[in-house]
This record gives sequence, structure tokens and C-alpha cells, in this order.
Amino acid sequence: MPAAGLIDDDVVTRVLSAALRTGGDFAEVFAEDKRSSSAYLDDGKIEELSSGRDRGAGIRVVVGETTGFAHTADLSETGLLAAAEAAAAAAREGGAGTRTVALTRTEVRHPSPAQIQPSDVAKATKVALLQRADGAARAAGGDIRQVSASYADSRRRILIANSDGLLTGDDQVRTLFTVGAVALGDTGMQTGRESIGHTIGFELFDRYDVEELARAAAERALTKLAARPAPTGELPVVIGPGGGGVLFHEACGHGLEADLIAKGASVFKDRRGEQVASPLVTLVDDGTVATEWGAFGCDDEGTPAQRNVLIQDGILTDYMWDFLRSRKEGRPRSGNGRRQSYQHLPMVRMTNTFILDGPDDPASIVSGTEHGVYVAKLGGGQVNTATGDFVFGMTEAYLIENGEITEPLREGNLIGNGPEVLQNIEAVGNDFEFGPPGTCGKDGQGVPVGDGVPTLRVSKLTIGGSAA
Amino acid sequence: MSDELLAIADRVIGWAHDGEQVEVVVGKSRSTEIRVYEGDIESLSSAESQGLGVRVVVDGKQGFAYAGSLDPDVLHEVLDEARDNAAFGTPDEFLGLAEPDGVPVPDLDLYRPGLFDVPTDRKVALALDLERAVRAADPRISGIEAAEYADGVSEGVVVTTTGIRATGRDSACYVGAYPLATDDGDTKTGFGFSVGREPSELDVDAAASDAAQRATRLLGAVKPAGGRMTVVLDPYVTAQLIGILAGTMNGEAVLKGRSLFADRLGDEIASSVFTLVDDPTNPLAYTASHTDGEGLATRRNVLVENGVLQKFAHNAYTARRSGTVSTGSAVRGFKSTPGVGCRAVSLVPGTRSQPELLAEVGDGILVSSVAGLHSGVNPVSGDFSTGAEGLRIVDGVLGQPLREFTIASTLQRMLKDVVAVGNDVEWLPMSAAGVSLVLRDISVSGT
Repeated sequence: MPAAGLIDDDVVTRVLSAALRTGGDFAEVFAEDKRSSSAYLDDGKIEELSSGRDRGAGIRVVVGETTGFAHTADLSETGLLAAAEAAAAAAREGGAGTRTVALTRTEVRHPSPAQIQPSDVAKATKVALLQRADGAARAAGGDIRQVSASYADSRRRILIANSDGLLTGDDQVRTLFTVGAVALGDTGMQTGRESIGHTIGFELFDRYDVEELARAAAERALTKLAARPAPTGELPVVIGPGGGGVLFHEACGHGLEADLIAKGASVFKDRRGEQVASPLVTLVDDGTVATEWGAFGCDDEGTPAQRNVLIQDGILTDYMWDFLRSRKEGRPRSGNGRRQSYQHLPMVRMTNTFILDGPDDPASIVSGTEHGVYVAKLGGGQVNTATGDFVFGMTEAYLIENGEITEPLREGNLIGNGPEVLQNIEAVGNDFEFGPPGTCGKDGQGVPVGDGVPTLRVSKLTIGGSAA
Repeated sequence: MSDELLAIADRVIGWAHDGEQVEVVVGKSRSTEIRVYEGDIESLSSAESQGLGVRVVVDGKQGFAYAGSLDPDVLHEVLDEARDNAAFGTPDEFLGLAEPDGVPVPDLDLYRPGLFDVPTDRKVALALDLERAVRAADPRISGIEAAEYADGVSEGVVVTTTGIRATGRDSACYVGAYPLATDDGDTKTGFGFSVGREPSELDVDAAASDAAQRATRLLGAVKPAGGRMTVVLDPYVTAQLIGILAGTMNGEAVLKGRSLFADRLGDEIASSVFTLVDDPTNPLAYTASHTDGEGLATRRNVLVENGVLQKFAHNAYTARRSGTVSTGSAVRGFKSTPGVGCRAVSLVPGTRSQPELLAEVGDGILVSSVAGLHSGVNPVSGDFSTGAEGLRIVDGVLGQPLREFTIASTLQRMLKDVVAVGNDVEWLPMSAAGVSLVLRDISVSGT
């Protein structure tokens, strides 16, 4: 049991009973113990090592449509009972009563348990990674003026118990490494950034070479020195493998979250069974993909991670669900109930969201584009789910002229409308890759997510460059 | 309550070794958050959080650790961990804690104990009133994604072995609504809010009319034709823009080569109507604060005066390294070491209202919201491009609503292209205040 030891079973039982005392029809205890460490290098100096510990529990009581919630950093029985009382008081409309909960342990299988706990690795070893990355980035060329690198790991042990008798938990270890480089040339300064992050332990560095990562970041910054302003207006856009998954995260992922659907705040409401995308598009959200950034054993409501096909061959098949929404609809949960920490209520969130391979040869997708933009990497984005309008930044992009990738472009934004873009996908390649680790923000809560795409072409997107 | 936090900080400081500097930051907060949906409470959360962060500087090296707990058994563990982390830092002669600088702490009324006396039912009623008022404001309001009330009281102390001993506390509350408006098959969203230090200061009606107006005024929007034109930024958009600008005008960004203004002190970087001030001592700012993240008094800093770059914001470290003094601009929570940032930036207002500015512009676009600003602005190169929505300005008045276009320029050019600043300053629950801003020669991409 990964989260054993956080709270004793009999204490959990008593706390759930206390939470139900005012007549709640559902109560839940979510306990969390998170330890994290990070190290940061900038300008050749190890600026800082930092260590953190967060531990506490959030207690939720549901009466009808109303949720009461309270959290505490005090995991003693007294502290937990006080939080249970507060949560119950918040949801006090039900009739009083006494219910005893019989808990049944459920073991979940984590898709990628950590092999090497980062806390067992000497701090000096972590620091050495940063210094190697710094050296490799600087060696890439004299125009590299600044290099920064950061290392971060976290181990999050969680326990979830609820009045349906569920008792389960998970042990989530994530390790992240990022390198940033600034190059200076005649046209000013340009930046390059590369990161790797996986839901695994320190064995991350058996799979990846930080020096290679650093060279890639430096090369990116150097390449952009020669970049010209991005064009302005509507153009065909080819998205490169791995680098553009965030397009689908924003363009349709958020709009398929059942909480937004229920409130009418999504353009995909009432569209199940309809052709919402080009038949080339199959969109999957899958928390079970071993080692990916959005992977876990169970979600933050105790539901095991699962693979959910959201769009199959262009047809909208399902939304993503958390406990509250699935209960209301009388359907199973989908393993998408997540929260940033014990201080937050869970809601519907994505895990690893990606487009499956299509039939096309990636090279022919590019060569079949007369004049357009090739986006190798997209930056952060956001969407208005009610209208479907989205925007995101291009962090690495090139011009396509006469079917060939030519000059690098400076940064700019891509904007579009989710439902329109889905219909406008005219080619999907067979070279799927996962992209870099991401943090998805919703209602002020950030959670780790993954995404991925094969090479694909959208017939038109609006590019906001500064070239007149 | 601060006495309890000071006692905890003093205890940790008492464990400092000879020859090491120790800084302890202790924070505690209580908050309530109520969401209503279709006349019922959807969720009601009450929370209490606390924790401490410890920074150790020894032999020119720095280490840090924090815990989200004030349990007695955690305190020593955090200090030990910070001390251990310091051993791995690279020595840097400029590292070190802030030292008392004699600047008096401003007298600000930021805390209202009355917040605690307001019953939960009253807070719920405010959220329900707001939801009802937004619905009633316009027949095209088709739903309300969320209406909420939130409040919080927080207090913090900073104590160091260098003689800093700062305390502060504040209270704040908020109501906000996020409506959907539908007309003729078209859906748009909006938001409206009101902020105060206690519930009696909240203006539910104003929040409701803002929310309804924002949601309805873009119904029927079309994509504009592209081109170069004059744009007017709504106050809320200006606030986001100057927030990003201020982020490039601090010592950390400059020292790390991440500011396009690094070598420009004393230069004319903007139009003469542009004066940018960071003033956390202004009680009108909801982000006002007595002291900064290192325990120094906050103060008024003029960053750009009549277009000339005057100074950068600094914390103790960046100031020392730059050969100047801290501007009281250390920002942090207890979970991190201090960074540098502006807490309350605003533009010195002009004399004209937004309608007067529109009349002067004649033809152009009023930008009512932007999306993707953070990913669209490169603080190093100055490249600027963001998704936007707004309304066409025709013959000096607002016309056709517009959507799905981008506005682009570079920060360098935009600052020079500032034509006028409005007189409509709005204090917002963020680190920058809003005001209408007129910019010429902006590249607009549309169809």
C-alpha cells in the first residue's frame, strides 16, 4: 500500500463517520505527503538548492448538489475530526444521521513505479548534472551568453478513502530537468529551452543525456538569431511530431471536460456521436501511459488511471469525468478527477492527451505544402471553452516555401477556433511522438500533463507575427 | 496573532550557528471560498494554511527549505535541511540577507477584523445576489458558469539574524461572476468582479453590470481585415501589458541578461506621456503591502518618468550586485527564496476619458481582451504578439465587435507608439492597475 502510514485505517473510518454526521450522502478523505527538492544553476553558479515538504488532508462532504470542503495540515485524529466537522457544517442541509463506513482496500498498479528514489541520490550528483548541462550549452558557440538549468523532483504519496468504502492510494514520483540558453547576435537576443520530465525516479538520467539536451537548447537559441519575423494572417500550418500536442489539449481537450459540459460552457456540449473532427483524427486521453508526465496509478479521487478514447475517426465518443459529474449522470468515472494538492477540490482534468498516428508520410505532408508555416514546438496556450477560441505561442517555427522548410521564424502567436481546426486537419502522419512535460492550469490549480502528436497539417490557422 | 508567528521565527533564529546568516519567514492564512450555481451552493470551502521557509547563507553560499506546517518537530528539520543545501551552492560575494535600511514602514490600513464577524450565510447571499443580478442584467445572458465569493486573511513575519523583524497582515474579499451570453447561435463569455478589504466594500451591482456587458458586447463578432492601425487598450488589457513590462524592469532580469532594457537606464525608451510607477504604499492598490519579502519597508518607485527609464526594482541581492540599494521589491511566499518584482504598478493617468480618446482616434480597434499574452511576449527580444478580441472604432465611436485576431509589434516600438493615457485608472486584484491606453501603428492580423 503506497500511502500506508499516512493515516491509520480506524482513524479514517471515524473521520468519515464524523464527516457524514450532518447527513451528507458522500464523504471523502484525501491525504497527501509530498516531498520535493530542486536545484538551480544560472550564469555558471549553483544559485540554490531547495527542499520542501507539504503534508495534510482535505475532507469533502457532498449533500445533493452541494459540496463542503475543509483542509488541514494536521494529520492527527483531532485535526482531521475538526476538518471533517468544518466540511460537514458547510454541507449541512441533509438530515442528521449516523453511518458507519466499511473500508475495502484497493491496490492500484502504478504504470511506472520509480526505480531510483531521487531522495536516495546524493545532492552532489544532482548538482553535477546542472554543471554538465551548463558546460555543454556554452560549448555550442560563442554567441551563447547565458545558460540556466534546473533540476526538480517530487514524491507525492496520497491516500483516498470515501464513504462508498473505497480505500486506496498512490505513490507518484516525478523528475524534471530543464535547460535554457540565451544567444546574442546582430538582431538581438534569442532564447532556446528544452525540458525532459517523466513520472519516474532518478533513472530519468539513464534514459536521457543532459548534455545533449543542453546542446539542443543552445542550438535552438542560435538558430533563432537568424530568424525573420513570422508572417501575419491565415496560412496552412504543419505541426511537427511531439511539439504540437498542446494544440489538441487547448483546441478540444478542455472542451471535453464534463464539468464544463454540464454548465453549458463548452462548444462540444450535446455533440456525442457527431462528426466533430476530420476522419483522420483519433484523440485519446490516457493516464496509464508508463512514464509520461501525466501518468499515475489512481487519480485524486481514487479511480485507477485508464485509457479513454474521446474522438474516434473524427466522431466524438465521450467526455472526461470526475466523481461528481459521473455520479450525476449515473456512469463510471474515467480517472480524470485530479487536484493540485490536499488544499484543493478535485475537478475534471486531462492526463496525457494525444492524437494517434494517421496514414500519411511526414515528408509528404511538408512537401505537399506550397506556402505555410512549420511549427516544431508550441509554447503555452489557453482556450475559451465556451467559444472554442484558443491561442498559443510558437517557440520554434520555420517558413515552408514551395514544399520545403526554409527560414526560422521569430516568435509569434497562433490563434484559431477548436471545432474549426479539428475539421481543418487535412493530413496526419505516422510518426507519433510525445512532447515535453507540461503543467495545465484550470481554476487556479496546476497539474502535470502530457501530450503528443504525429506530424499533421491544418489547412489554415491565423498567425500573429509582426511582419507587415 | 503575529506574536505567535514571531515566537516561532525567534525560536528558529535562536538555533543559528556562529558565522551563518539565517532568515525565517512564517506565514499563516485563513480563507473561505463559496461557489454558487443556479441558485444553490455548489461548494463551500474553508481552509487554514501555514508554514515556514528558512534561508541560510554561510561562506557566501545559500540554501533554502520550507514546510507547509508549523509543527514543533518540523522547525529544526527545515533549518537543518536549508543548512545542508547551502553546502552545495556556489560562493557569491553578493549573497546575503537584507539589513535594516531605516526606511519607515508605511502606515496602511490593510486589515479589517470585521471580516471574521460576517456570518457565512451573508457571504453565500452575496454570491447568490451576484448570480441573480447578472442574469437579470440582460436577456441574452444564457448561463453563469460560476458565481463566487472568496475571502482571506493572511499574516506573515520575517525575522533574520541581521536585525530584520517585520510583521504584516491583511484581509481581502472578492465576488466574481463568469456569465455566458448567447444570441442567434453565437456564444460569448464575460467576467465581472468587485474587490474589498471587507464585504461591506463589495459592489455587487457594478460586478454584475461589468460581467453582463463583457459577455454581451462581443456577440456577433467577426474577424477583422488585417493591417497597421491605432488600437485602444481597455484598462484590464493595459494592466496585463504593464505587468509584463514591469517584469522586465527588475534587477534580476537585468543581471541575468533577460531584459531588453538592461543597458537603457537614463534613455528615452517610451513616449513622453508614459510614466510608470510601482507603489505598494498606495492604499488604493489591493496588492499594497507594509513590507517586502525580505522585511524591508515598501516604497514608491518611479520606473519610467515621462518616457525616460529611471530605475529598476531590486531586492537585497540584486541591489548589492548592481551597486545600488534595495527598492523594497523582494517578492516571495514562504515556499521560495525572494525574487524581485513589482507589487502595484500603474501608469500616471492622462486627462481624457475613454470616449474622448476614441473620438480622437477616429478609426481603429478597441482591444477588450487578450489571450496568450505571456507566451506571446518575449522579454528578451521584445517580440510581442497576442490573440485579441474587441470592437471596431469607426468615426470615433464603437462599432462592429471583432474576434479571433492578433495584435503584434515589439515592446520597444509599442512604448514609443504610446499616443495617450486615459484618466480612467482602475485598481484590480493583481499587481498592476488598469487605464485606457492608445497605441498607434500596431500590426493587426485577421482574415
